[in-house]
Amino acid sequence: MTGADVLLLALGAVAVGSGVLVVTTDQLVRAGLYLVVCLGAVAGLYLVLTAELVAWVQVLIYVGAVVVLLLFAVMLTRAPIGASADLDRPGLPAVLVGGGSGLGLAALFADAFRWSSVALPSPGRADSLGEAIFRSWVLPFEVLSVLLLAALVGAIIVSRPDVGSRP
Amino acid sequence: MRPVIPFVTAALLFGAGVYGVLRRRNAVLVLMAVELMLNAVNLVLVTADTTVRAALPHGGQVFALFVIVIAAAEVGVGLAIVLQLYRLRTTVVVDELRLDAAPESELDEPRVSR
Repeated sequence: MTGADVLLLALGAVAVGSGVLVVTTDQLVRAGLYLVVCLGAVAGLYLVLTAELVAWVQVLIYVGAVVVLLLFAVMLTRAPIGASADLDRPGLPAVLVGGGSGLGLAALFADAFRWSSVALPSPGRADSLGEAIFRSWVLPFEVLSVLLLAALVGAIIVSRPDVGSRP
Repeated sequence: MRPVIPFVTAALLFGAGVYGVLRRRNAVLVLMAVELMLNAVNLVLVTADTTVRAALPHGGQVFALFVIVIAAAEVGVGLAIVLQLYRLRTTVVVDELRLDAAPESELDEPRVSR
């Protein structure tokens, strides 16, 4: 057990714990705030795994934008403040499928990697990642920008009441 | 560094996400559970990028960035749909929606003229 292992274990425990709280808490706003903790812990995992740029992009986009959007949606749909009892449907199939897939994948990974050890590479920097994006992945990158534009236009059209209804 | 630790973490996060998607009735909470699953996949990609040697350097991290961007687009469109659903049906409970019936507000009110 090296220091990186201890950090990974601690951050992973925080991520899984708050992730489980996201899907089990009965207060909508708290689910969003637990999601912040979970995504932050995953960003910490990225930092330990030497993926520095991905970690900061995660903090910026997920914690900064996605969670804020989700909290806006919680507020705009007039969600009740405080605990609400009717957030869940009966849970046995969900426990079976969710627990089964999670534990099954975990067993698969544990069997594949056992307790083997890998030396961490030197800390990743933004310039090497940018070089990879703009050398090998230019076309997907550009397609992705078109996708973002399409999503933007689509979101605007979906949320405007006077577009698309018959005249 | 033991790669099994982040991999098992990602697997458990994915399981929590699947559980949330199947269990929750509120559409916004379903979207949050989908975000959990996307994060688990990102964690697998970044861990594999660190621990497995690949022909192209940093392919896993690049894919993780792409997945983050797609998740942002997905949550934008998803929330627009949820808000429009709330405006039409005044509920976001996914198993009370009848998609084959016209919303009452459209039957009562005259359509918006352009």
